[in-house]
Amino acid sequence: MSTPTTRTQTPPDADAAAVRKAISSAERPPRASTGAAALSFGWRGMLKIKHVPEQLIDVTITPVLFTLLFTYMYGGAISGSTGAYLQFILPGTIVMSVLFTTVYSGVALNTDITKGVVDRFRSLPIWPAAPLVGAVVGDSVRYVLAGTIVVIVGLVLGYSPEGGMDGVIAAMALVVLFAFGLAWVFTTVGLVMRSPNAVMNTGFMALFPLLFISNAFVPPETLPSAIEAFVDVNPFSHLVTAARGLMDGAAEAGDIFLVLGEAAVVTAVFAPLTLRLYRTRA
Amino acid sequence: MSTPSTLAIEATGLVKSFGQTRAVDGVDLAVRSGSVYGVLGPNGAGKTTTIRMLATLLRPDAGEARVLGHDIVREADAVRGAVSLTGQLASVDEDLTGRENLILIGRLLGLGRARAKERADELLDAFGLTEAAGRLVKNYSGGMRRRLDISASIVVTPQLMFLDEPTTGLDPRSRNQVWDIIRAMQAGGTTILLCTQYLDEADQLADGIAVIDHGRVIAEGTPGQLKASVGSGALHVRLLDPEQRPEAERILARELGTVHLEADPAALSASCADSDRAAEGIAELSRSGVRIADFSLGQPSLDEVFLALTGHPAEDQTAEEGAPEEERAA
Repeated sequence: MSTPTTRTQTPPDADAAAVRKAISSAERPPRASTGAAALSFGWRGMLKIKHVPEQLIDVTITPVLFTLLFTYMYGGAISGSTGAYLQFILPGTIVMSVLFTTVYSGVALNTDITKGVVDRFRSLPIWPAAPLVGAVVGDSVRYVLAGTIVVIVGLVLGYSPEGGMDGVIAAMALVVLFAFGLAWVFTTVGLVMRSPNAVMNTGFMALFPLLFISNAFVPPETLPSAIEAFVDVNPFSHLVTAARGLMDGAAEAGDIFLVLGEAAVVTAVFAPLTLRLYRTRA
Repeated sequence: MSTPSTLAIEATGLVKSFGQTRAVDGVDLAVRSGSVYGVLGPNGAGKTTTIRMLATLLRPDAGEARVLGHDIVREADAVRGAVSLTGQLASVDEDLTGRENLILIGRLLGLGRARAKERADELLDAFGLTEAAGRLVKNYSGGMRRRLDISASIVVTPQLMFLDEPTTGLDPRSRNQVWDIIRAMQAGGTTILLCTQYLDEADQLADGIAVIDHGRVIAEGTPGQLKASVGSGALHVRLLDPEQRPEAERILARELGTVHLEADPAALSASCADSDRAAEGIAELSRSGVRIADFSLGQPSLDEVFLALTGHPAEDQTAEEGAPEEERAA
């Protein structure tokens, strides 16, 4: 087999004359606007999904496995039939799937810091929050994908939303909104921790108990009273209740406003904290 | 507005502490526009912290600095608009291709979509990266990554460029390429602040050098002035028999003064004011039966300068705390 690409192994050198020309030919353009800078970071987020699709697989495979496992292992015991249990847990699995994904916002930020990319971004004449705000664009795509995969698995297994597709879309929108709030918690964690792995472990260690000690997978009435009391105040329960309501076509406005309020509070606390830490510590 | 000044960087009394450590402990710098200025020191001396303060990434605890006439704290945004930074870690996105990295930086600096692409291709070509343009940066070699990093710093030509240890970890060939790029940039009118722990690098490139140790500038001047401050010259001797070095060391210390043992086990050098004294030293060595392979009279190397200034060799501190680690722990 003749190889047409018999290139020399040594890469071509940087050419000093060409470098000099490249330097002299660059004009300084007017600064990028706040929106344009944030959008460029959004584009970066999309490119990362394209180049590193593995990050999506990690996040979606767990909820898919849980949906299958719970439905067929515990469905009969908990709800009397797998079908009835699937109706019950699918909103909870969507919540789990999307909220797990929020940890990656912190992991990605920590990776940028440890690799040194943040130094370059921070030395550019742009709105300092642009990298963080722009990341939301990429994040939202991930959230919607993570949620959609679970919905599809549910539909394949026989889930039928009483609230119709409108209800499913509304529930998804609510979960994604809540995820935006929660993501700020993990970006804060991402700025405090020393390595991306530490961020991931901390994130999952915090999410697992909060998701399991909620009404996502079991009706809380069956729980010991102390745990039931915790489940009742757990914001993740409130999110599951609201999402379930929307998907079942029986949403109560109070439940939805409670979730929106909690997301707003988390954002109000952790978004400024993230920005502050980003400017001083990153 | 900025006052017209021939100084690109003026810093007085910069201080930055991390916990108990005073990483930078009162640094003064004056860097002429258009020059390559070397900040020379071992790991943990405070070079990176100084550069990060000047590039507006860190706020100094005390002291003041103006970069291109702009105060680094009050006018940080104006500073960012005129400088670029190539950090110690290659500050490019590994999960993107080389071309995407440059387009991203171009867009962030305000270039239009088409112009950003055009500029990216222009730079990839100038830096010999056209073939690798579509590959993810995580698959680049160290030298390629460094070239991409530097090209990202000149997507829009900066008036001043901070380069933090640009050749650390590179093979000699890639190092020479980076040196050529730095020279080309200086020829193009960009002022360069170059942090390095390599003495020959500062000697090769810099017009002025500040030697920094334990967060302080311990000496400042042109490479020639620094060498002169240690003594007007040095006698370099290589022996036929390394076994005789201790004896030669004793004799030269008696005849000439400070003796420096070089990495070559048969070589040593002694500070030496004039050629008459040097001739006496050589004569004394042969009288004592020390056999000499060759000798020369020359300027002291920056290695010797560092030793004379600090009392320890430049590169024996590498095991100590590195500045970036301290910063993360802050």
